[in-house]
Amino acid sequence: IASPVMYLLAEFDDAANLLAANPDATTISIDEPVEIPKNQHSRRQETGREEDDELLGTDDSDKTELLAGQKKSAPFWTFEYYQTFFDVDTYQVLDRIKGSVFPVPGKNFVRLYIRSNPDLYGPFWICATLVFTIAVSGNLSNFFIHLGKPTYRYVPEFRKVSIAATTIYAYAWLVPLALWGFLMWRNSKVMNIVSYSFLEIVCVYGYSLFVYIPTAILWIIPQKIVRWVLMVFSLCLSGSVLVMTFWPAVRDDNRRIALATVVTIVLLHALLAVGCL
Amino acid sequence: FAGLADVSISEDIPVEGEITVPVGSRSPDEDYSTLDEPVKDTILRDLKAVGKKFVHVMYPKKSSALLRDWDLWGPLVLCVSLALMLQGGSADSKDDGGPQFAEVFVIIWFGAVVITLNSKLLGGTISFFQSLCVLGYCVLPLTVAMLVCRLVLLAGSGTISFIIRLIVVAAMFGWSTLASTAFLADSQPPNRKALVVYPISLFYFVISWMILTFTPQ
Repeated sequence: IASPVMYLLAEFDDAANLLAANPDATTISIDEPVEIPKNQHSRRQETGREEDDELLGTDDSDKTELLAGQKKSAPFWTFEYYQTFFDVDTYQVLDRIKGSVFPVPGKNFVRLYIRSNPDLYGPFWICATLVFTIAVSGNLSNFFIHLGKPTYRYVPEFRKVSIAATTIYAYAWLVPLALWGFLMWRNSKVMNIVSYSFLEIVCVYGYSLFVYIPTAILWIIPQKIVRWVLMVFSLCLSGSVLVMTFWPAVRDDNRRIALATVVTIVLLHALLAVGCL
Repeated sequence: FAGLADVSISEDIPVEGEITVPVGSRSPDEDYSTLDEPVKDTILRDLKAVGKKFVHVMYPKKSSALLRDWDLWGPLVLCVSLALMLQGGSADSKDDGGPQFAEVFVIIWFGAVVITLNSKLLGGTISFFQSLCVLGYCVLPLTVAMLVCRLVLLAGSGTISFIIRLIVVAAMFGWSTLASTAFLADSQPPNRKALVVYPISLFYFVISWMILTFTPQ
């Protein structure tokens, strides 16, 4: 491990460059000395190291886990404990959404955006919005398909809301739980795998669902070709975010298991897309 | 009891105090005790408070009356009347109809609770019931919109009536969101205001959608 001083200097250089490019940008002042090593991780990948370290940050993952554990010190029966999961500002949420819609190949979503601060605001409200968007646009698309037929009478299919809500919330919470359990189990067998905490996995899944919202809105267009193209496009976008996040976590493992994991992730995501849209 | 005659109070211990019972302090109590007033007064006082809050919602200014003296009567009345008016929607089969009474009720109350929890978790300084009170009272414009929609639907259900309903519901949705934002936005940390306003607008959007898609039997 190279000296921390070099990374501190690199961090200041990058910060100065960013500020020079955009002098109006709000900067976060870091109070606790504990925070600085964590920010070093996200800066390191911008100093042009090889792709492995960009995606992994291997030998620091242990430290990061410890440091992340130090942040949430309130006992779980107090309100303050849950407030730590909502410790995000507007611009942070917007940045994370942008990162999920425009996945940059080579940049890991979790490391770039979330490693310091997983939140539950994004996943929860993106899922809620998605539920209502799917219900509303499903209703509207039915209406437009049958418009002009004399025997059709408009019905608001309210039952769709409860079905959509159950499906999406189950997907957004149970699949990360299963994936986290699986990764923990593999982690006990193969030592040097990047490990994500449960909240980070929930975060990635929640934010990756965001691209389905505009897709659901555009799904109102009754043309089959347009719908299929839209669905494949959105599946690729959100699937790529998930794959790029989880590939480094499993690729050190047995080749077949790694492939099987990634394929399962993509398959479930596709199932959700086909089922809901 | 001959021995008692010898008992004497020691002169070292001074004994002081008043034995008289104070009589004149009843008048301040009478103002706070509402037990003796006629029932009409009690009910009218509460109704006036609710009515005043309705007026505050329709003309949202930064007044603290809504926040300070919160009550949940107004939201209950609004929610029940809205859910009742949304009944009787057309349904060819059980699955295709509009929302039932229980669904509307649950959406409004559960939605308000979730939004309140959200704003508190993001660091808001408003109390739980104050926020519920504001969110419930700001359903008033949408209830008015529902009333207008039902009246318009009595006249006919063609394209023109749909356009009228759309305009009315959209205007009332905007009014509700602006009114609740005017009351709630100040209590949030400044760089998270959008995070709090968005769920509120989603909430009122869902209610507006239920109102707009109501089709009578």
